[in-house]
Amino acid sequence: MTKVLEVQSLTKGFTMHHLGSTLAAFEQISFDLQAGEFLLLKGQNGAGKSTLLRTLYRSYVAQSGQVIFHSRHGTIDLLRAAEVDISLLRREEIGFVTQFLLARPRVTAEALVAEPLRMAGHSAPDALAEARKWLAEFGVKQSLWRAYPTTFSGGEQQKVNLARALILPQKLLLLDEPTASLDSQARAALVARLAELKAAGTAMIGVFHHPGDVADLIDRVIDLTPETTPDEERNDVVV
Amino acid sequence: MTIALDAPRLVQAQPLLTAQNVSKSYGDVQAVRDVSAEVFPGEVLGIVGESGSGKSTFLRMLNLEETPDTGTYTLDLPEVEGNLFELDRFARRMLCAKRIGIVYQNPHLGLLMNHSSSGNVAERLLVAGERRFTELRERASEALQASEFPLERLDAPPIELSGGMQQRVQLAKAIALEPALLLLDEPTTGLDVSVQALVLDTLKRLQQDRNITMVIVSHDLGVIRTLADRVMVMRRGAVVEAGLADQIFQDPQHAYTQQLVHAKL
Repeated sequence: MTKVLEVQSLTKGFTMHHLGSTLAAFEQISFDLQAGEFLLLKGQNGAGKSTLLRTLYRSYVAQSGQVIFHSRHGTIDLLRAAEVDISLLRREEIGFVTQFLLARPRVTAEALVAEPLRMAGHSAPDALAEARKWLAEFGVKQSLWRAYPTTFSGGEQQKVNLARALILPQKLLLLDEPTASLDSQARAALVARLAELKAAGTAMIGVFHHPGDVADLIDRVIDLTPETTPDEERNDVVV
Repeated sequence: MTIALDAPRLVQAQPLLTAQNVSKSYGDVQAVRDVSAEVFPGEVLGIVGESGSGKSTFLRMLNLEETPDTGTYTLDLPEVEGNLFELDRFARRMLCAKRIGIVYQNPHLGLLMNHSSSGNVAERLLVAGERRFTELRERASEALQASEFPLERLDAPPIELSGGMQQRVQLAKAIALEPALLLLDEPTTGLDVSVQALVLDTLKRLQQDRNITMVIVSHDLGVIRTLADRVMVMRRGAVVEAGLADQIFQDPQHAYTQQLVHAKL
């Protein structure tokens, strides 16, 4: 198997200057991830699951540790990589799927979904055709494809978001509760797409409120619940 | 953990713009203190900070309107080499006319308000050496069209146009010669929200379709968030924090940046 990610002693806390304090999120996390492997993060609210995903993506700044990523361009520590490299890796190899769409004024749903392909060098007509295919797959009504998603309902926005986030196969995919508020058709399309990407070698780390949705995909579980947490407060994940 | 400018690189990309240790004082007031920045081709760098933070002064230096007391500025372009602050007035004017476009917050700074809109754009082409009348008119219309300016108003002078339209004329003038670098100084300040969205959308489209490298200064964090790949936060002339746009907005490290981000409505 090919190693994709090596996380070593990763520690994150938030310094809040106005309170003069630091809030610890997680400490000394270490794990490896192979191509095609699906890792589920579990733990109660506030255990640091989403924070870990954002730290790996470099939206959050880690305090210490290493995150070695094996890119097709070479091997690099994501925590110390130049920003220009992080931007490149986000375009080509590392995807982040959240439940929130960052819609832009006056940009249509199909243009938003086609954007990652355009940025990866695909021609405009090809990117648009592929975007429409995925909008249909996730159950976005055709009448909405040329509308602006800023006005869509939360569920419809999320479908557009998933189509955009999953249109381009990535080497590493970070999934932050992507099934929240999805209807059954979109959830089934999401699970099918994740299975397809996993089979093609995409490594995934996910946080799911209902992990049962992706039970068949999970290879490993990491529990971020602090060791001091009493058993009755632990949030058991049934897989 | 801070990322140094010389952090290990995966890809050996060459920055288009490199400014190093730029400082500028006006009498006793130090407007810009030891500012360094790199911008890569196709990237959008946002500069935020309160009024008087030095962000617009720094931008004017990048447009070679001001010369710093110390510091260097290079652009990775075949026609120029060395520190651009050392160029004479004529060379600066030619370089700015051909390769650097600017959009000011105040259209009076960038436009001749009583000349026609197409004439304003054509003037930029004239400075760069274009003399054929039909070509001038055609290229001016093309740039105005790319900036989503209504072509039936080509002959209207900016003084008769709304604020949003005036910004489009400035934008058309700035992109008429396909600049390598586009500088934007508070391009949407003072425009109402719907017009602001139109201008932002035009800028984003231009950046994606033409891969133009941009530096945008704004105190509006929403504008910076929409456009910028990376953000530099300035206070009292100095850079207090720089990083990927999402990191600056989601996990600001410096006390001042935290204050700025938390104050956003």
